[in-house]
Amino acid sequence: MTPPDAPSTAPRTWKKPPFIANPLLRYGLIIIAVIYLVWAFGSLPFNWARISEGVPRAARIFSGGFPPNLERYELLLTGFKESFQIAILATLLGVFLSIPFAVMAARNIAPMPIYVIGRAVIIVSRSFHPVIVAILFVAAVGFGPLAGILTLTLYSIGFVGKLLAEEIEEINWGQVEAMKAAGAGYVAILFYAVFPQILPRQVGLSMYQLDSNLRASAVVGIVGAGGIGGTLMNAFGRYDYDFAFAILLIIIAVILLSEGVSGWVRKKIW
Amino acid sequence: MLEITNLVKRYGHDEAVLKGLDLKVEGNSVVSIVGASGAGKSTMLRCINRLVEPTSGSIKLNGNELVNLKGADLRRARRKIGMVFQGFNLLDRLTVMENVLAGRLGYVNLYQAISRRYPQADIERAFVLMERVGIAHYANKRADELSGGERQRVGVVRALMQEPEVLLADEPTASLDPRTSEQIMILLQSLASELSLPVLINIHNVAQAKTYTERIVGLRHGKMIFDGLPADFNKDALDAIYGGIEAPDDAITDTPVEERSHDSA
Amino acid sequence: MVDHAQQLADRVWQRYDRKQRLIRYAVLFATLMVVVWAVRDIDIFWPWVWDAPNQISALGGRMWPPSAEGLNGIIAALIETVHIATLATFLTIFLALPVAYIAAQNTTPNRACLWLGRFILVSSRSVNTIIWALLFVAIFGPGVLAGILAIVFRSIGFIGKLMGEAIEEIDRRPVEAMEATGASKAKVVAYAIVPQVMPAFFAIVILRWDINIRESTVLGLVGAGGIGVILQGAIDTFAWPTVATILMAIIVLVLIGEAITSLLRSKVL
Repeated sequence: MTPPDAPSTAPRTWKKPPFIANPLLRYGLIIIAVIYLVWAFGSLPFNWARISEGVPRAARIFSGGFPPNLERYELLLTGFKESFQIAILATLLGVFLSIPFAVMAARNIAPMPIYVIGRAVIIVSRSFHPVIVAILFVAAVGFGPLAGILTLTLYSIGFVGKLLAEEIEEINWGQVEAMKAAGAGYVAILFYAVFPQILPRQVGLSMYQLDSNLRASAVVGIVGAGGIGGTLMNAFGRYDYDFAFAILLIIIAVILLSEGVSGWVRKKIW
Repeated sequence: MLEITNLVKRYGHDEAVLKGLDLKVEGNSVVSIVGASGAGKSTMLRCINRLVEPTSGSIKLNGNELVNLKGADLRRARRKIGMVFQGFNLLDRLTVMENVLAGRLGYVNLYQAISRRYPQADIERAFVLMERVGIAHYANKRADELSGGERQRVGVVRALMQEPEVLLADEPTASLDPRTSEQIMILLQSLASELSLPVLINIHNVAQAKTYTERIVGLRHGKMIFDGLPADFNKDALDAIYGGIEAPDDAITDTPVEERSHDSA
Repeated sequence: MVDHAQQLADRVWQRYDRKQRLIRYAVLFATLMVVVWAVRDIDIFWPWVWDAPNQISALGGRMWPPSAEGLNGIIAALIETVHIATLATFLTIFLALPVAYIAAQNTTPNRACLWLGRFILVSSRSVNTIIWALLFVAIFGPGVLAGILAIVFRSIGFIGKLMGEAIEEIDRRPVEAMEATGASKAKVVAYAIVPQVMPAFFAIVILRWDINIRESTVLGLVGAGGIGVILQGAIDTFAWPTVATILMAIIVLVLIGEAITSLLRSKVL
């Protein structure tokens, strides 16, 4: 608009250059975002009548929940004990089993078909939230801690296995070459040149996984896989809100404690 | 006796890295292989113990063809070929003794390997060799706690634990300071005669090659362009090998400090 | 060298010295005791354990082949799941940023706000999404609102904590420079803090969106909307081939989510 030889007369302006340079893309993205939000909100089924009852219900639940009631502490202790047992056994099993799967899923040491299998196992076990896995195991082996242990073992294999496989892919390859040059076999190479290199990481991951299994063991119980989650679910189901809140507070306390301990141990071992 | 005939190595469809090498090494001679980076020194050495698969050609160790070996046969052949690496390639988190005994992995069975129950003879051999190179007092130290020169001694002992019939050294001194690298060269030289073992050393440092080895092989672009005595390795040979590529580490004239006193502590 | 060997005969070597071995045995023993206690004490009917492989493969057999029936319903539920995750992540941003601001040491207005912020973050993070969902289903009834709120309440802690850490790690000097120009608090934030935490903000939100996709697949199990509702329905009616289809749909959804996040990461960051 302004002729190039007239800048001295026109007032000079400055505007912040926009985040996305192309105006079409910029406004296009904004419009898409707005349309998406409208569509998403519009398409979701909200039961407004039921929702409007929410406030009095919330008041009832919270007033029923305070003060938290610890009278049935024995039930609470049993629930927590079972959660601990599930977490410990699942962590040990999962951490041990994650090693072979990590080896299978590491591109640099696994032959092609094995690598595909290893990756597939890890992808599948990572795609499913533990609660979904728990429901399936409850359906297969029945209610109780066994389903919880199986669930969290699979969960640990997925998580630890993936990170461990990445660690194996980044090892110092020279050590493997040196063992090959000495005429060592495949398994001997694993034990001498691979495992010692991933050991520190494995110990750290195990501590982390114990902590996260303890958290998860509180929720797999909700679908019947044992532990404190079941106790919580029952309390909720029976409108026993004061007991439910007591359980909830103690779960929070235990999780904070376990996070602290696991962090401390990992720092020590590093 | 190591006999390489018409060795070719090509990665994918690129120009060949090794273009028909012939080399014969006999007795207990120490041979140095010199050449600019990318001339194919390391590839040649790794073809011998098949860490790199040769494209064609033949490599015979004491009459046995190495090129077509597979699986257990390959591993049996490898244990007769010791190798010392530029970056030492030690098992950092294991002790010196475990590193040294790892040289026996081609001989012991899996249970012995994992439980570290090596035959007493191996343990004694380990102590003897470690004493010979002056690292016996470090037996229970972790390998990554040692200095560069000490780490390379561990690497040499590990290779010798294999009771090799030939020793390959891939730039064994390139990660070391000048003084330590001389010590390692002297060590390799004297071990070759003590154990009557042929040694092939890839080396960048021409001065060291001239001082510590009996024969120099020069590579350029995957071809051998010099093979002769250190005394014959003159300015022309040097130019032919490095000409227009890069200056070698040391000028050809400066001779390293003679350090004949054996460095075993 | 050979005569050397004579004097050295009968030398022994052990992998660990005495103290190391004692420590190793102690740790091993303690772990073993815990395991023995857990195995003996846990309320498991052992014959079921030995039968578990059979039961699991039997269940797998009942699921095969997956049924394509009701695929439209499954896809609609998947879209609902994505909506829940996306809307919840979007809403969380507005709630988590102020909390991050007051929970970061260097920007918090006063100590009371700092502790309030930290309290919000800790309680949000310590309660699992599905427990939040349980609570909101009890309050607002089954449906997507409970699901969205559950994800929002869990994500506040995640985004708030990481954003708080990002704010604590900023370079102080631009802040001082802006304060030196006499800019007000809000202006300092806009000019000296926002630009510095922008990359971290995008990374954190994208990461949480990916996690929220996974989390929203289970909300339905407690009645809070999404694909979990029909999964629960199919399990309750023993429609195992449909369950298999739903499970595969979830894998596809999660993989698409991962692909989108890595695309966004490479584009935006």
